[in-house]
Amino acid sequence: MMKKLIALFFAGFVASAAFAQEAPDVLVKRVTDDVLEIIRKDRDIQNGDTHKVIDLVDKKVLPHFNFTHMTALALGKDWRKATPQQQQQLTAEFKILLVRTYANALTGYKNQRVVYKPLKMAPTDTDVLVRTEVLQPGSKPVQLDYGLEKLESGWKVYDVVVAGISLVTNYRDQFAQEVRNGGVDGLIASVSAKNKSLEANSKK
Amino acid sequence: MTDYFCASGLRRAHRLVLGALVALACSGAWADENPRDPYEGFNRSMFAVNEVIDKYAAKPVAQVYDNVAPLPVKASAGNFFGNVGDLWVGVNSALQGKFGDAGVDLGRLLINSTVGIFGLFDVASELGLERHDEDFGQTLAVWGVDGGGYLYWPVIGPRNVRDTVGFAVGTYADPVMYVRPVSVRNSMAALRFVDVRASLLPSDKVVEEAALDKYAYIRDAYLQRRRNQIFDGRPPRLDD
Repeated sequence: MMKKLIALFFAGFVASAAFAQEAPDVLVKRVTDDVLEIIRKDRDIQNGDTHKVIDLVDKKVLPHFNFTHMTALALGKDWRKATPQQQQQLTAEFKILLVRTYANALTGYKNQRVVYKPLKMAPTDTDVLVRTEVLQPGSKPVQLDYGLEKLESGWKVYDVVVAGISLVTNYRDQFAQEVRNGGVDGLIASVSAKNKSLEANSKK
Repeated sequence: MTDYFCASGLRRAHRLVLGALVALACSGAWADENPRDPYEGFNRSMFAVNEVIDKYAAKPVAQVYDNVAPLPVKASAGNFFGNVGDLWVGVNSALQGKFGDAGVDLGRLLINSTVGIFGLFDVASELGLERHDEDFGQTLAVWGVDGGGYLYWPVIGPRNVRDTVGFAVGTYADPVMYVRPVSVRNSMAALRFVDVRASLLPSDKVVEEAALDKYAYIRDAYLQRRRNQIFDGRPPRLDD
């Protein structure tokens, strides 16, 4: 019994160590393939069940995202002026909004195929851009890139770039405008109100 | 976004563009001016106009097309107009000094027009000849022409001054504009417009739900996307 437990513990340890060292491009490919596979088999998601996609993104994708970094990036220089509590609140609200955006982007396209571009990286790199391309019949390929950074817990995504448009920094001017109008608290309230109205709409 | 608006009202559109530019130069500054958007007041009114046009005309037609046309038909339409556009893409690759790319563009045009049956099938992509994304606005940028202010036009959507000029020049180099009789030309231009609008349908929900301010979200997405295109998908990093 004890032997088995130790073996199990050891196996788990080895697995998680291997997981932490997974290269960034391998990680992106594994997670994307995983998620697309599930979407392809799920009729509810194909018919636009937002909640189900959000659940899927929550479970499969979120553990690999660094939302604090994303929120700091979206807020720009105002981030340092925010209190730790404000930073935390904003990150929580922005996370909800980004997950929904990403879920919408994932399910909007049918019949797509993802091609992974080779990644050039040195072993010492701690910040890389993993490039992929979404192919659809009759359309130009859409560039879909992920910015990843190396943390102790493994590689984490801090930016998602669709056709050259960062889903994160695209908020910078809007956030700055909100901060000018109502301070960081005003911005938190706006993002929170946006989330509530989207949630209310999707329940209809 | 809506690169291919039909040309019947084109001359009129050019005059309209000119008139609007003059009006812009004379109009006062928008309060709390954003250096990236000096004509924000004008643009926001045009954006509002376009939202109405899109809601009641362009989008419903594109939705019907998207629902009714089977995938092979939509793919063929996209391929056909892509093939027609490859000529101008090739010219712009050459004008930017990318002669290797220009050769690929020309090769694509030849292969798809013949083996691909008048461009209905994108055989060249299957053979590994990738489609490039070039236009005259990008060429002007590569030549060092400044972007000028950001503008939002009805129907043709967001374009800075440089891209507006690029678009105007591009319409003269558009093979569809020389198709006769005029009725066929107009039908083709209209189908292309609908095809382009339909291809944007999936992003509608993304923008609608993601944006705190839809106007600003689209503007900043346009600015990021164009920068990315000018640098062929490898823009230098901006400092944060």
